[in-house]
Amino acid sequence: MTIRCDRTLPAHDVPVVLSRDGTHGAVVHAVSDAALSRGIAPGMRIVDVQAIHPDLHVEPADMAGDLALLDRLVFWSRRWGPWSARDGEDGLFVDVAGIAHLFGGEPQLLDDITARFAMQGLTVQAAIASTPMAAQMLARFGQVRIVGEDPAPSLATLSVRALRVGAETERLLDRLGLKTIGALDGVPRLSLMRRFSGVPAERNPLILLDRALGKQPDPLDAPADHVHWIVRTRLPEPVMDPTAYLPELAEELCTDLAGTGLGARALRLTIYRVDGDARRVDVAFARVSRDPAHMLRLLGGKLDGIDPGFGFDLIALEALRTDPLDEVQEGLDGARDADADVAGLLDRLTARLGPRAVSWSQWSESHVPERMEARVPALDHVPGAIPQIAAERPIRLLDTPEEVRVLYAVPEGPPAQFVWRRVTLRTARHAGPERIAPEWWRDKPGSRLRDYYKVEVEDGRRFWLYRQGVLGDGRGEEPRWFVHGFFA
Amino acid sequence: MGIDPTYGQVIHLPHAPVRAPEPRVGQVALQEVQAAFAGDIAVAGFILAALRRSARPVLWVQDRVSRRERGRLYLPGGGKRMAFSALLQIEVSHARDVLWAMEEGASCSGLGAVVGEIDGNPKALDFTATKRLALRAEASGVPVWLIRSHDAAGLSAARERWRIRSAPSMRAPHDPGAPGPPCWQVELFRARGRPPGKWVMRHDFAQDRLDLVSEAGDGAVAGDDPLRQDVTRA
Repeated sequence: MTIRCDRTLPAHDVPVVLSRDGTHGAVVHAVSDAALSRGIAPGMRIVDVQAIHPDLHVEPADMAGDLALLDRLVFWSRRWGPWSARDGEDGLFVDVAGIAHLFGGEPQLLDDITARFAMQGLTVQAAIASTPMAAQMLARFGQVRIVGEDPAPSLATLSVRALRVGAETERLLDRLGLKTIGALDGVPRLSLMRRFSGVPAERNPLILLDRALGKQPDPLDAPADHVHWIVRTRLPEPVMDPTAYLPELAEELCTDLAGTGLGARALRLTIYRVDGDARRVDVAFARVSRDPAHMLRLLGGKLDGIDPGFGFDLIALEALRTDPLDEVQEGLDGARDADADVAGLLDRLTARLGPRAVSWSQWSESHVPERMEARVPALDHVPGAIPQIAAERPIRLLDTPEEVRVLYAVPEGPPAQFVWRRVTLRTARHAGPERIAPEWWRDKPGSRLRDYYKVEVEDGRRFWLYRQGVLGDGRGEEPRWFVHGFFA
Repeated sequence: MGIDPTYGQVIHLPHAPVRAPEPRVGQVALQEVQAAFAGDIAVAGFILAALRRSARPVLWVQDRVSRRERGRLYLPGGGKRMAFSALLQIEVSHARDVLWAMEEGASCSGLGAVVGEIDGNPKALDFTATKRLALRAEASGVPVWLIRSHDAAGLSAARERWRIRSAPSMRAPHDPGAPGPPCWQVELFRARGRPPGKWVMRHDFAQDRLDLVSEAGDGAVAGDDPLRQDVTRA
């Protein structure tokens, strides 16, 4: 929870709060020390606090960013123990069983943790206990920082809020006069169990208490370490052309991936030049693959653009994204899998022409012809079903409608003679109009309707003309005519 | 010197009755289609009509000038008669890339067809380029259509070369003043293994096939007449 550093920080004595959206407007999400000392607490409404403290400095809270940072810290904090996990929205667990002596003892370990977080600009409250529940209770609410085998005496004075049983149960315990953990622990188990039998385990005070005291197992659900699928070749002498080393790298990477049943979705080839610079080539796959020949084909087309400088001495091939890939038995008749063929084609086209050039169409509900279609990169989308329209539509559509000059207008219907691309065309037959109104929920006010005509000129070409607006609709000058498409 | 006994006699050679050549469409690997004059969209309509129905996607490659001049393919306009499930569209700026993408597509047997549009007469589109395309298409069996603009001259290895222009459409069934089903004047001006010819064709939407139209324009022709037949799947 930090203020973005691109502005001048407020003075030390100015109360700073982070705001988030509440049910009735913004509420305080977190407070600074100065704000805390003035009695501002999380959960208060921003307008109320602003009325009391006019010098309040409010910043929007970036909760998604906080969570992402915390998730990254989970892996960073594995420097103190092999297992770590996130605890709620503002905590971390690290399993340090049997680790403390490496740091010279538990007090030194805590000091190290506090100091290293401080180096990152983060203030932490840390505690070491024999169970995760007890540790988080001590860290958040306790005075004692390190407890040994039996945490019960140190926890006894803490409020029941430390158990995180939820506001409702908290109120109930308060009414029952059970204000501290010690008081709760003193109640016979049977009556607690009976009283809270309907409460789910993650809010049940008895179960949480058992977890804190180590009477119930509370294992850490630690996320697995990221695996970097990367293979490297170090060259004794700088070379100018990496092509000769790629087959071996691709083969090695595919063997690694095959060992765990994975395939690559995106690859990055990094070439480290002797002058310390690096060049990268990224390719992506339409369908997960671990075929070295296919990887080589994709990479091969992109190596020409690499500037080798004075040569390079380290080549690394990395699978940026991986997905599970099972071994596939090919058909016995020798027929090739058509879908796999098309996926391979997509990869090659996208690798050379770029993702924007290779596209499927996706369709949306709209009457305006050009809004129906959206082009999406073919590599990571699937084609939409082609919509069926009852009215006749052209087979080609111009990206921007081209205005025609009307030579001979008739009151009803399309112009009898018009100039398009400097050629005079004479209407032979026509069908229409088909009126397409602007979409008032999207268009600017004042957009004009279009009357579309299918016009066949004398040499047989068939145009899709429209008139923008009608005379006297109060939305501009005399209506103009445009060519928007062509019929077969 | 004796006198040739056949001197002065008329010899009748047996010969088959002359028949109009059959305009089979879409049977060979690489076909080249030109518009008879600039900006004629009939070419795209002709190819869409001639594509064989399949569940496989069609690759359509356009260079930027073609797209600007003649627009992009608009699939709702094909409606129910679209013969393919999906259209993979590629837009590139150079004819060289169009040819490269077509070659890649032509060697991919998972595609239903490959269509490439090249504007003008770029240097990249020479005999060798068309030859490469034709060989790849023949190896994979994917029909490849090359659309060239009207002024394309020069050699081509295409197995069949067509020239298309729009013809006045058929009579619309309910409105005499409206254009009806589209007609095209189709000229096969170079073909391997069969005589060239000229026809007027139309797309029969109901049965999804290319039909011949009698030049007289009266439409009704006897059923077994070679002038009225499905030429797509002959």
